[in-house]
Amino acid sequence: MKILELTALELSEKIKAGEIKVKDAVKAALDRAKEAEPAINSYVTLDEEGAYAQAEEVQKKIDAGELTGPLAGVPVAIKDNMCIKGQLTTCSSRILSGFRPTYTAQAVENLRKAGAVILGKTNMDEFAMGSTTETSYYGPTRNPHNTEHVPGGSSGGSCAAVAAGECFGALGSDTGGSIRQPSSFCGVVGLKPTYGTVSRYGLIAYGSSLDQIGPVAKDVSDCAAFLEAIASHDPKDSTSVERKDCDFMSALTEDVKELKIGIPGDYIGEGLDPEVRQAVQDAAKVLEEKGASVETFDLGLVKYAIPAYYTIASAEASSNLERFDGVKYGYRTENYEGLHNMYKKTRSEGFGPEVKRRIMLGSFVLSSGYYDAYYLKALRTKALIKKEFDKAFEKYDLILGPAAPTTAPKLGESLSDPLKMYLGDIYTISVNLAGLPGMTIPVGKDKEGLPIGMQLIGNAFDEKTLIRAAYTYECATGKQYEKMADIRAAMETGKEVG
Amino acid sequence: MAQYETVIGLEVHIELATKTKIFCGCSTEFGSAPNTHTCPVCTGMPGSLPVLNKKVVEYAMALGLATNCRITQVCKFDRKNYFYPDNPQNYQISQLYLPIARDGFVEIETAAGKKSVRIHEMHMEEDAGKLVHDEWDDTSLVDYNRSGVPLVEIVSEPDMRSSDEVIAYLEKLRMTAQYLGVSDCKLQEGSMRADVNLSVRRAGTEELGTRTEMKNLNSFKAIAHAIEGERARQIELLEAGKEVVQETRRWDDNKESSYAMRSKEDAQDYRYFPEPDLVPVVISDEWIREVKARQPELRPEKLERYSREFDIPRYDAELITESKKVADLFEKTVELCGKPKKVSNWIMGEMFRLMKERGMEAEELAFSPENLAKLIDLADEGTISSSVAKKVFEKIFTDNVDPEKYVEEQGLKTVNDEGALKEAVEKVLADNPQAVADYKGGKQKAFGALMGQSMRALKGKADPASVTKMIKELLEEQ
Repeated sequence: MKILELTALELSEKIKAGEIKVKDAVKAALDRAKEAEPAINSYVTLDEEGAYAQAEEVQKKIDAGELTGPLAGVPVAIKDNMCIKGQLTTCSSRILSGFRPTYTAQAVENLRKAGAVILGKTNMDEFAMGSTTETSYYGPTRNPHNTEHVPGGSSGGSCAAVAAGECFGALGSDTGGSIRQPSSFCGVVGLKPTYGTVSRYGLIAYGSSLDQIGPVAKDVSDCAAFLEAIASHDPKDSTSVERKDCDFMSALTEDVKELKIGIPGDYIGEGLDPEVRQAVQDAAKVLEEKGASVETFDLGLVKYAIPAYYTIASAEASSNLERFDGVKYGYRTENYEGLHNMYKKTRSEGFGPEVKRRIMLGSFVLSSGYYDAYYLKALRTKALIKKEFDKAFEKYDLILGPAAPTTAPKLGESLSDPLKMYLGDIYTISVNLAGLPGMTIPVGKDKEGLPIGMQLIGNAFDEKTLIRAAYTYECATGKQYEKMADIRAAMETGKEVG
Repeated sequence: MAQYETVIGLEVHIELATKTKIFCGCSTEFGSAPNTHTCPVCTGMPGSLPVLNKKVVEYAMALGLATNCRITQVCKFDRKNYFYPDNPQNYQISQLYLPIARDGFVEIETAAGKKSVRIHEMHMEEDAGKLVHDEWDDTSLVDYNRSGVPLVEIVSEPDMRSSDEVIAYLEKLRMTAQYLGVSDCKLQEGSMRADVNLSVRRAGTEELGTRTEMKNLNSFKAIAHAIEGERARQIELLEAGKEVVQETRRWDDNKESSYAMRSKEDAQDYRYFPEPDLVPVVISDEWIREVKARQPELRPEKLERYSREFDIPRYDAELITESKKVADLFEKTVELCGKPKKVSNWIMGEMFRLMKERGMEAEELAFSPENLAKLIDLADEGTISSSVAKKVFEKIFTDNVDPEKYVEEQGLKTVNDEGALKEAVEKVLADNPQAVADYKGGKQKAFGALMGQSMRALKGKADPASVTKMIKELLEEQ
């Protein structure tokens, strides 16, 4: 039996049926990781010893009938901006060198309760700032479909790990598209929940008012199961919402009849790669054939989303990252004279250029005399964008579009032109500004064999409609992870990927 | 020299007496071993998030309502960004745009008369940790026990004109906070701190002069001295044709002078913005009503009740209720012994005298009402004489001794035994033939000397009336 070809839900079924031992599932994923890591670099930390120890614990509980959930025994990976007690947690930044938290993020805790086994921490853009996973202090992650290309970012490590079979699912975080865009580039399913659905406690903040943790999975069913496991009302997070409708797996039904789908004209217009446009429109047609109605409409304010986002996210980041100062934990410069010199040198040496760029941008927009012109205006724009979506959802059940203007670019292409890289976030960031749920599912590949993703955007607290539409598409077209089998087969035989 | 008017506004920080910190469940207890009341939240660990302590909002509301402020029914927290190691996140969670309370006032009274000092606003914020500099090995350590202890900052309008008014305003705030039970307001422990904004202008002019801000004022005395010093410094500058520079100055209590910390040009840009980790605090009319209903008896009501319930002079009642601690002591003692006038006399007389002598604040009083009540009973029953009672009170005041035991152990009971009294007086008369002769010769003054000698011989333990009677009887017998 090829364990690696199973989805998380299939694996857990077999584990609970006694056909596969948890430690064998862990071994299969770790063996794959050892094989793939030199080429992919999905992980910052692989915790082999810890994973086997957890596997033993989980196996006992399964055998005792204490763990019966859909994810019992499933090996997973966690983005390295989520704290795990006693484990190195770096945000892929030098400044958090050696940092081992004394607490565990609530989302990770929830996943553990569901019986998942944590294999390690995945690579990311430094402090989740970037769209390529190239800004990591621990080196770039590469796209398993073609290692000359980036996996997207910032949750590039989590998405690449799932795509390459180095785990059966992963947690990412999404501030402006950081789950949906790399999921699109890596051909996996990713979901950013409605703001407040998953606790941010233990997630090292980038833009607090936009950050959400979400699942990265092999298919829609796994994605729904992971979301159901991690969603919770957490008194430790004041922005956490109490929801009674977190039974997301109940939405795994093949039914889009009478579903009204809107495609924003600006999402399929200028700047969009023709191959991506074609694939997304074909996918929309599939849903139409299944009974949904699809039409294009004018969303409005789309072009203001990028400046509003980079103003708000950078402002919050500039403050959130102040605590990394060399005083309490993490990296401290070796030689310094006095406190201010220590601060300056530590932060100059500890942060990479993209992080510094955003700290400077954020500090500028918050400085006295500029606050009203930038930050306040951005907040107003955010409110207006939310209103535009509210208006759209009066008419449509969900909004459909691409997740990114292109497929995965080559390594090195993006960082030389940050402005162009920021513009690549055009389809994803409005969703964070409006606090809405968004999901990416694979809908095909371009002529170079790089995956193309489709993004579905739902009204607040309406993840179920997203899951229902995505599941219907998946059933109609055949499971995407099966289409990926060729790259996994290539890696299994140790052939060079690319 | 021209006449100058001093214009003063205050920023007062009051530490709220909640059991736990403002954004986490750690204890606010003062004086524990360093970093024992800390958690990921109050040490600014990455990924930790603040959760607002509801009690802090209620205490701040109570203080706002008691000082006639308008409560902001949708109030928010903001981040104030600045780097310093005592501030673990390098930002402080405070309130700038929508503080909890605004537009209040308090009435004060000084020798210059009654006046109203307006309160501009009141906001909630978290305290910072404490840095400990070890000069011996040139290191600095930080204690985060105080980090996250809740504070309210009360910002007044520039309505005060003298140090007397400033002290009266601070005493009023302190009394209000103590009466409400929201803070103990101990200046020495830093649970009440004041920054003084001061400018001077020629008498009769309207325009405000350039102001300075003075920090590090740890006692009312320091505040008064700093105000006098800063007023003189500014006037001297103006008289010399120089300008006052807008700056922050630090008061050095040992040198009794201030020095410039930073000028306006160096002023930090705090880059305030709304705290995204907290949701707005929505305060309903009902919540305000609840807090108001729970408000304990404040001083005006207490004074009114005293005049109804206790037969003590208005002046006594005013002095006793000036501090909640003293008023509580008074009421509990009266409850135990049922003698309001006597209790008031002890407090107004001996207790205030000893406090003044030792420069003590009411908050430092440490004896129990039970012991004062027992003392009053002992004196009333005639078990001890009034002079012994004063000595015993001092022991109660300093060591909180049980007066019954103490009197017993020290043998201080009044000598009521006729024989012992007679014996003592006889000896005095025998030892002082000259005084006896003088008295008999018509010198009344000599009786006083014999009385004094006799009381001394009896170590003050006898009832003076009985001693007088005994001396007269024995003299007549001679």
